[in-house]
Amino acid sequence: MSSWDAIVIGAGPAGMAAAATLAENGARTLVLDEQGAPGGQIYRAIERNEQRPQLTALLGKDYSSGGALAARLRASAATLRFGTSVWRVDEGCSVWARTDGRVERLSTRTLVLATGAMERPVPIQGWSLPGVMAMGALQIMLKSAGLHPEGRLVLAGSGPLVYLFAKQCLAVGMNNLVLLDTAPLTNFLSAAPHLPRALTGHGWRYLLKGMKMLAALRCSDITIHRGVHELVVQGDAHAQSVAFSIGKRRHQIDCDIVGLHEGVIPNQQIIRSIGCIHDWDETQHCFHPRRDAWGRSSKPGIFVVGDGSGVVGAQGSVHDGTIAALAILGDLGRIPSSERDRLFRKEDRSRRAHLSVRPFLDRLYTPRAEIFDPPDPVIICRCESVRAGDVREVARRGCLGPNQAKAFLRSGMGPCQGRLCGPTVTEIIARSTGQTIDETGYYRVRAPIKPLTVGELAEQADFN
Amino acid sequence: MFKRLEADLSNSVKGETLMFEAQEVSFCAGETVAAALLAAGVASFRDEPVRGAPRAPYCMMGICFECLVEIDGSQNRQACLTDARAGMSVRRQCGARRTL
Repeated sequence: MSSWDAIVIGAGPAGMAAAATLAENGARTLVLDEQGAPGGQIYRAIERNEQRPQLTALLGKDYSSGGALAARLRASAATLRFGTSVWRVDEGCSVWARTDGRVERLSTRTLVLATGAMERPVPIQGWSLPGVMAMGALQIMLKSAGLHPEGRLVLAGSGPLVYLFAKQCLAVGMNNLVLLDTAPLTNFLSAAPHLPRALTGHGWRYLLKGMKMLAALRCSDITIHRGVHELVVQGDAHAQSVAFSIGKRRHQIDCDIVGLHEGVIPNQQIIRSIGCIHDWDETQHCFHPRRDAWGRSSKPGIFVVGDGSGVVGAQGSVHDGTIAALAILGDLGRIPSSERDRLFRKEDRSRRAHLSVRPFLDRLYTPRAEIFDPPDPVIICRCESVRAGDVREVARRGCLGPNQAKAFLRSGMGPCQGRLCGPTVTEIIARSTGQTIDETGYYRVRAPIKPLTVGELAEQADFN
Repeated sequence: MFKRLEADLSNSVKGETLMFEAQEVSFCAGETVAAALLAAGVASFRDEPVRGAPRAPYCMMGICFECLVEIDGSQNRQACLTDARAGMSVRRQCGARRTL
């Protein structure tokens, strides 16, 4: 018999909502998360920061609102295990976890994967230099440790986080900041037809927040360049300057730290490793695991919710997690199907109200083509120092997919196991061969998906 | 490279310390090894195994594995997912990890 009715992997908005809903209705629920506390990346360190008024004030109201969800999870009967990496999941719902060097196999009737989003890789020349970080990483430093960049900061990218983080830097008192907006200026043309829908539901709130952020940045002293492309970071052992084009003109700025951001994509590692079917989403420009309206993946008993299933944002994720929990509670017989369906309709309405803005935003901030198809000299696999040109060369010689490229080049075989090169390798091969992205496919992800030692594995007694 | 918020500066003074190579690094409770090292001005965490180029944390959320260091003799540890603890001994990881 399974020890758990449900194991929820990930304690961000989707995972917290799913777990709280399950446990509040009597399901034996276990939550696993790599971090030391609930919140995910969006509400990172939300509990600890309640004691830090200066920090929470500058992170804003939307951040603080995550505290209620974390408190609800804590108040529920769900068992919470933090500092725990899931390194393998088997079909049939057995989960292999590692906590403080101790390996354990857990069994469950259902599994909720709430693994969230990761920042889209930004393969440009120089992105592997120390001093270049993902913009979300810079924000995580602020949320989790109250650390902010010092010196000359360049923020380069496209999407709401760029403006949000720039505004937070201003609030911290940084003034040596240059913002390079890389969103193609033509994006507005493809986004505009989706503006009317974006004003419906909660969409207008997101747009208003965005416009306020943009207005605050325009009124500030920071330098903003728009239509930036052909961005490179230069330096020997550390980022020293960035060079970029606006129109046909080249520019160069000296810097100490560079933040890069081109939107977020689902963190697909665990979901891929189980073999769930994925489909290419052209608008969000990433793969989505295939699921039904309740969040059921293509594998029995396994649900995928939140940003890990396609970028839906924090609030959309809360409803997503709740909906999956309702489905599981229904299957367990813990709520009658009529009640389940009534609650589903309510949650789904709210979820849609939060998603109305996405078609507009997804198109407004679609990254420039060079992010998907970088020039030959750019390192695309950071772990194994494989360049875009290397992938093009093997594609010319007849390589048809990412797994063959892996065998030829070792791309995706380093410690990150393809997390940061997978999307680019697929794009480059598809463009080189003329196949669709779906035909080209993605790396076959295999366990262990997190590092563990042979010793840790050997100490685990249950090997059948 | 990185600086603490004004309000936190006074708290970090009483903070505990770990060793990075021969450098004493102070940190606040709840910080990760990666955050503590970056706050102390550590620019490079490891030399990647292919060309020996220096690398430092990129994602800070367990995805990129650029923050791999040796912690208390154990290699390939993700500094961004490991909480800093007093007395820890952290070393740069140069090249591929040892197999034995």
